[in-house]
Amino acid sequence: MGLRKFIDKIKPNFEEGGKLYCFHSFFDAMETFFYVPNKVTINGSHVRDAVDMKRNMIYVLIALIPCFLFGTWNIGFQHFSSHGEVATLMQNFGYGLMKILPLYIVSYVVGLGIEIIFAQIRKEEVNEGFFVTGFLIPLIMPADVPLWMLAIAVAFAVVIGKEVFGGSGMNIVNPALLARAFMFFSYPSKMSGDGIWIAEKGDAISGATPLGTLLNGGGVEQLPSVMDMFIGTIPGSVGETSKIAILLGALFLIVTGVASLRIILSTFVGAAALGLLFTAIGVSEVPFYYHFLMGGFMFGAIFMATDPVTAAQTNTGKIIYGFLIGAMAVLIRVANPGYPEGMMLAILLLNVFAPLIDYCVVAMNISKRKKRWAKAERSAK
Amino acid sequence: MIKIKKGIDIHLVGEAKKEMKVYEPALYAIKPLDFIGVIPKLHVAEGDEVKVGTVLFHDKKNEDVFFTSPVSGKVKEVVRGEKRVILKVVVESDGKYEAIDFGKADPAKLSRNEVIEKLIQSGTWTMLRQRPYATIAKAQDKPKCIVVSMFDTAPMAPDNNFIIANQMEAVKAGAEALAKLTDGQVYLNVNSEETKKALEALKFSAKNIVVNVFQGPHPAGNVSTQLNVLSPINKGEVVWYCYAQNIISIGNLFLTGNYDSKRIFAFTGSEVKEPVYYSTRIGADLSGLYNNISSENVRIISGNVLTGTKINGNNVLGFYDTQVSVIPEGDHYQLFGWLAPNFKKFTSTNTMGASLCKKSSKVLDTNLNGGIRPLIMTGNFEKVFPFDIYPMQLIKACIIKDIDQMEELGIYEIDAEDFALCEVIDPSKTPIQQIIREGLELLRKEMN
Repeated sequence: MGLRKFIDKIKPNFEEGGKLYCFHSFFDAMETFFYVPNKVTINGSHVRDAVDMKRNMIYVLIALIPCFLFGTWNIGFQHFSSHGEVATLMQNFGYGLMKILPLYIVSYVVGLGIEIIFAQIRKEEVNEGFFVTGFLIPLIMPADVPLWMLAIAVAFAVVIGKEVFGGSGMNIVNPALLARAFMFFSYPSKMSGDGIWIAEKGDAISGATPLGTLLNGGGVEQLPSVMDMFIGTIPGSVGETSKIAILLGALFLIVTGVASLRIILSTFVGAAALGLLFTAIGVSEVPFYYHFLMGGFMFGAIFMATDPVTAAQTNTGKIIYGFLIGAMAVLIRVANPGYPEGMMLAILLLNVFAPLIDYCVVAMNISKRKKRWAKAERSAK
Repeated sequence: MIKIKKGIDIHLVGEAKKEMKVYEPALYAIKPLDFIGVIPKLHVAEGDEVKVGTVLFHDKKNEDVFFTSPVSGKVKEVVRGEKRVILKVVVESDGKYEAIDFGKADPAKLSRNEVIEKLIQSGTWTMLRQRPYATIAKAQDKPKCIVVSMFDTAPMAPDNNFIIANQMEAVKAGAEALAKLTDGQVYLNVNSEETKKALEALKFSAKNIVVNVFQGPHPAGNVSTQLNVLSPINKGEVVWYCYAQNIISIGNLFLTGNYDSKRIFAFTGSEVKEPVYYSTRIGADLSGLYNNISSENVRIISGNVLTGTKINGNNVLGFYDTQVSVIPEGDHYQLFGWLAPNFKKFTSTNTMGASLCKKSSKVLDTNLNGGIRPLIMTGNFEKVFPFDIYPMQLIKACIIKDIDQMEELGIYEIDAEDFALCEVIDPSKTPIQQIIREGLELLRKEMN
């Protein structure tokens, strides 16, 4: 218990009046990282569930590990392939790490720095929310994104997307996706087109993503095979390519109950419904299940749409919310001539509409109750 | 039989054995703070002689409510707190239980007003509470029904079937008396078909007494859970309610003519050496039982671990409580506790080792198991909340003190205790019962 003694020894410095008081939020974050605090219940229930927010958030990180590992390898694999070279597993992975670690460092230093400053000002504990956001952001970027742009995007997402509303739990849209949207609209040359999805791309392959191919008038026959798209050996944002890795994470989140199965399933159903409709009426020749395999659909459905803060909060609302995300993503992909990918915009749009969906669901409950009140009043007379 | 599906039974080590001991300490206390909204006006001074049923104080807000002495003896002291608020009136028992005679009567032959008069004079009326707000019933109200929850589903709760088994005559008289108080039904809600048969064999003379069998996890024993199925409260309506031992006290008042202040409680919890039932009087000083506690750093709770009150240093059995729980304090650190499998802890989720052994009885301490965070996770309250109400939305309406929304979202149908399980499972560690109680209090003050 040497660590505990050490923490107890330095703790007074960080408490009010101590000389390091200005770092107390940081100290608190570190202390609670190592130890669940000794706080006891004061009022209400005397015993509590062993689960806390930290565990919920960390579990999302754990679920993202397969995506991180495969994505890192795929950065190297795509790079060497584009130069016509064949590299070993470790070479691919090593190259990927070289590319992705700076992204992580920037994402966490900027994001957590802002979080800690805000927590200090508000005299609150540092929220775990950014651990997830910070881990997600590099996974939804191209590997070659300039670091200064990433820093600006992260700062924008954390301050404008989250802190101005009051921090974790109060934000309207998903901060990680907001960072991506910020990049997408501010620096389009670095976020779209065929050339940017492979790090330091050579000329041996075109480098277009499946969705890019479709946007440029390519047919289904020009897409990578279903197997390649499922395994993930295709160009794209770091974490989105491997559907196997995503499904592993999904399995973990669903079994532990951290992510809402309602949202995930209804997102798939929504996409399938619109995909089937479009092929049936002849607007698109892309089979509906291709939409699951292309682009960020699956990654978004499992890790972004399920963010409990920005999703609908009622059980019925979650089903409507998920369905509309799936449908909207496919609609943008098929009907919009400008953007190849619809998932990011679909989730952001439904983030904004989620409170309205909940409002309507709750209004139904209220109107049921008021009818009962009216009936009781009539029978009393 | 009515099945309650949503909810959770928290299994703890330390349920009471079905063995009854008598506990007669010297001191008994009535605490005005046990009664929501009561402002006491004293009728006695220190040193006054009292009998069982002598008025100690009444409620300034409601002249019809008398709080009477549970034992005969002498008023030992009136303990006051800040701003001279009366914390408790302590009576020293002479061990004789001399009682004031309020007159035996067959409640079936009395009028509504005569029944009410007897209940109020003896102090038994205080056992009858109302929803919404959980305050003591007002005699001038016309309740749409009366609910008696005859079973308790809280962790380590006493088995009321064991307690009422030899009190059937009192239950009968009590039910007949309650039947006079309402034009609607009197619901006697039990948890087994045998008890239902035993009650129906009593042959109530009143037509409006209905026996229901409820089954399911906690909060099936809560009055609101039962009401939600039988007759949800609408705006402007009032329902009265009490529990198994209260109906026995009401019955005994009519059978014997005396205020029945007997109270059986289960002495439970992992830190109790020998958990058994004790028969005592309301407001008993429990410090005489502490030699039955096995460790030092414990929390002593009057009531159950979900809704009870910490009584370390105060030692008084709460007026309405039928259970005392003793569990270890949890003021210790846990290294990487947010990642540990926590086999020995409780969880409602599937996120740790403890999820694999949800059915086994545990020793739980009072650790909060995490830091306080904003409300982030959604959809988990609904799993333990058997009401047609959106819990998260109602909690938020209470936080922002929006009275219209609170009404519309169904606050009349619930009480703070119904949110106890939400509070237990909340990963954000929000003080939900306090939030709901404050919401209800705000509403009560606005409405009166």
